[in-house]
Amino acid sequence: MERSIKHSNDWKEVGVSRRSFLGGVSAAAVGSAIYENTPIVQNAAAAEPFSAPVIGPDAVPATLRINGVVRRLVVPLQMTLAEVLRGPLGLTGTKIACNRGACSACTVWLDGAPVASCMILAVDVGDRSITTIEGLADGDRLHPMQAAFIEHDAMQCGFCTPGLVMSCAALIERNPDPSPEDVKTAISGHLCRCGTYQNVIAATMAAAKVRKG
Amino acid sequence: MSTLGSRTERMPIGIVGVSQRQIDREVPASEPPALAPNADLAVVGKPIPRVGGRAMVTGAARYTVDVKLPGMLIARILRSPHPHARILSVSASAAERYPGVRAVHVVTAMETRAAVRGATATPAAFPPALYVGASLAAVAATTRSIADEALRLIEVKYEVLPFVVDMDEARRREAPSVFEGAGQQAGGGGAAPGPPQVGNVRGPATTNSFYGGPRGNVEQGFREAGVIVEGEFRTQVQTHCCLEPHAVVADWRDDGLTLYISTQDTAGVRKDVAAAFGLPREKVRVITEFMGGGFGSKLGVGDYVMFAVELSRKASAPVSLIFDREEEQLASGNRPGTWQRLRIGARRDGALTAISLLSYGTAGIAAGAGVGNIAQAMYDCPNFEMAQYDVFVNAGPGCAMRAPGNVQGAFALEQSVDELAEKLGIDPIALRDRIDPSAARREERRIGAAHFGWSRRRLPAADAGPVKRGIGMAQSFWPGIVQTSASCEVRLQRDGLVEVRSSVQDIGTGIRTVLAQVVAEELGLRPEDVSVRIGDTNFPLGPSSGGSKTTGSITPAARKAAYQVRQALLAEVAPELGVPPEELIVGHGRIFLRANPAHGIGFRQAVGRLKKDVISAVADRGDNYGGFRVTSPMSLARENLGGVQFAEVSVDTETGIVRVAHVVAVHDCGRPMNPRQIESQIHGGVLMGVSFALYEDRILDRQSGRMLNADLEHYKLAGPREMPSIDVFLIENYQAISATDACGVAEPATIATAAAVANAVYNAVGVRIRNLPMTPASILDVLGRVPGGG
Repeated sequence: MERSIKHSNDWKEVGVSRRSFLGGVSAAAVGSAIYENTPIVQNAAAAEPFSAPVIGPDAVPATLRINGVVRRLVVPLQMTLAEVLRGPLGLTGTKIACNRGACSACTVWLDGAPVASCMILAVDVGDRSITTIEGLADGDRLHPMQAAFIEHDAMQCGFCTPGLVMSCAALIERNPDPSPEDVKTAISGHLCRCGTYQNVIAATMAAAKVRKG
Repeated sequence: MSTLGSRTERMPIGIVGVSQRQIDREVPASEPPALAPNADLAVVGKPIPRVGGRAMVTGAARYTVDVKLPGMLIARILRSPHPHARILSVSASAAERYPGVRAVHVVTAMETRAAVRGATATPAAFPPALYVGASLAAVAATTRSIADEALRLIEVKYEVLPFVVDMDEARRREAPSVFEGAGQQAGGGGAAPGPPQVGNVRGPATTNSFYGGPRGNVEQGFREAGVIVEGEFRTQVQTHCCLEPHAVVADWRDDGLTLYISTQDTAGVRKDVAAAFGLPREKVRVITEFMGGGFGSKLGVGDYVMFAVELSRKASAPVSLIFDREEEQLASGNRPGTWQRLRIGARRDGALTAISLLSYGTAGIAAGAGVGNIAQAMYDCPNFEMAQYDVFVNAGPGCAMRAPGNVQGAFALEQSVDELAEKLGIDPIALRDRIDPSAARREERRIGAAHFGWSRRRLPAADAGPVKRGIGMAQSFWPGIVQTSASCEVRLQRDGLVEVRSSVQDIGTGIRTVLAQVVAEELGLRPEDVSVRIGDTNFPLGPSSGGSKTTGSITPAARKAAYQVRQALLAEVAPELGVPPEELIVGHGRIFLRANPAHGIGFRQAVGRLKKDVISAVADRGDNYGGFRVTSPMSLARENLGGVQFAEVSVDTETGIVRVAHVVAVHDCGRPMNPRQIESQIHGGVLMGVSFALYEDRILDRQSGRMLNADLEHYKLAGPREMPSIDVFLIENYQAISATDACGVAEPATIATAAAVANAVYNAVGVRIRNLPMTPASILDVLGRVPGGG
């Protein structure tokens, strides 16, 4: 009987197939994204580990829907979404700062919900649509959250900024009228060493107002 | 510019609204006219949106970790798993043969920040590993996983040696020696060379390069004291936790070396790498486009930079080397841990009679773990002495971290002054009004007390319930450091481009924006009309960004260069407008007659008619008007930087949890150039201070010598949930020292915070916390709430 890693104390003994291992990692990734009021992104492979086909160990073809564009590429199984975005796809706006889901710098959207892209394997994305910081603006027109971040100086060195923008933009998509506490909750998984949180909260409140019109 | 002659310039000086007046300064003839106070300016002193902000929020900003060159290899570093070991042999042949590996470098020279000097024994083939994480070798390969695999193929034979990671243990005579052999000492890390060393203890340092040595007669001073306070304080090791890891891309070519690097000092990297590899400086180009935080840890050239260059040279390909988070925690620097005993004597009226400071600090295998100059220099006190010792332990080298020394020093000094005030029966603010010579801080205390509501301060432990609230305040002190050589170029092209160029790097403090403001102000333009190209040593060399000196060093140079360009432009335009150049004014994107503003020409139009393609001027900062206090090793302004912070906390005496609810931070930085960016920076300083006070702690296991929380999930940083509400107030404190009269603020913003929080905790619970961080366990311990505890 295979179990997901999260609920297993003896996974080494029972043996873990690559498939269930990958599924387990994905489940952990979903669990690690701390966004209250967020619908939990269901991962088909994690929910039904036995029906999924076994893939690998070599790199596999993958079709990723990123920022409205379909990209086909061959992905080594162990590569995270963050690595694939930053490497072969050249979308370096997504940052890796801790590479283990502790800082949220790598936040992107999967079907509109923020996730830590360093904690999900690229091959597990499936047909969910990916939105990165590069895809948030409408051409030259900034997303209201991007404009508000500039207006409120919600960045200093800027390295954690793309991840924060993604989480805050997702918040006002699902909650058009957030309280400052809601914003704190939405960004509670983010780390910013320059200490921009207060301006991030102000920017998010302002962007929500702009969006409501 | 050479200074042919000088002239007298009437300039604003003093604090706006308090003591603002005019002063006549003798300035070199090449200096621009005095800049009016901010109220009379169009761009400088205004909350201009951050230049580069759009790139940051769209992901377009390119950081070193984003640099990708054709054929680029990935390098990884093999690090010691042992806290102390002799390296008997290193065999890298299997790694070299591994498919995809292009170059291997084995460390054979001492490449740490603490160079061994005076060694008597024959040097070993390989330097010893002195801490867990010490670099032993580096590999460049076509992918990161190949490089990681190759590291596992390097065979290292260790002779494991006794080690010590705890400072108190390391001070004991019988403790294992961190450095092998007699007569060896370590320098570096900002410590003065030369003090004696016994065992692992090096010192004492009794003088300070800025503020000199002991003064007066301390024994006599204590005899004259009516009240004496004495306390022992301990601060933990804090790590920098820059979100962008340490990263470099080295591209060695026959015609020169290009380095893309996340650094606080492009010019310094060029100098040090050129020297290390025997290259002429002009053959080394260092580029820092966007930079993801440094806080002191990205000053100087770490060994990893040398590895990347060496691997690129060997492989004839560009090499990217990026630390992972564990490497960041182990080997990228830290704020040294300290123990200090501070003794202060005062007369009954509050006047200080003596200060005596003893400190031991540990920066791991580096020196420079002192507690700064704040106890020595902030308050009036005729009698002062100090003895500051470094203690070596088998841990990663410390380095500068946002106000090195003074954060730790303030924690002791400002709690001691708080305690003194209580013993004297004087309000802490009134006591500081008595003993603090700084006019800026006096005004900051007044503003802060009013906005914070200092008058609601109650006696200690006034709340009856289990959750006790309290308020406290503390002060910052930081030297006004200036780099006189800082230089930049301003260019005006016939095609309309206005550009400012310097190697100075924007580390998140917003110097890009400030340079655009300065040039725009001088040329009567908008900041968005000015292109800022910085972070490239092909441009005139700017300052390093450390010591809160960037703004004060580079903006006068920028204004001087812009002024010279303006004068050249006006000289060309004047004949056309039929008046002498001095009758012309620039403003609102136009050049017009002083006597008849309607008569003029558009700036772009005027530039389009230039006879030359380019008008350019290069200027350096030069000396302060009115001179310096000290010029060696760095130039030090006569006035120091201040800042006063107030904190409101609640302490749950049942759980031990401390929450900082509110902080009021009142600061000075000469002429504030961009209040919005300054406010942001102060938010960061306060939050880093709260984080230091309550959460952060590098934990080394005494049994294994390993860091137990070398990540970001167990090394706790203050996040959004721990953030207090922060109100920032700035004063305009003109000093008449330069063409912009600007100073920095990064370090003062974090110096006072932990002490203010500690004083507020004392006010809440009536027990003083002298050890950091103030964790729930330590709070319960001092409250006597730990069963069986002390």
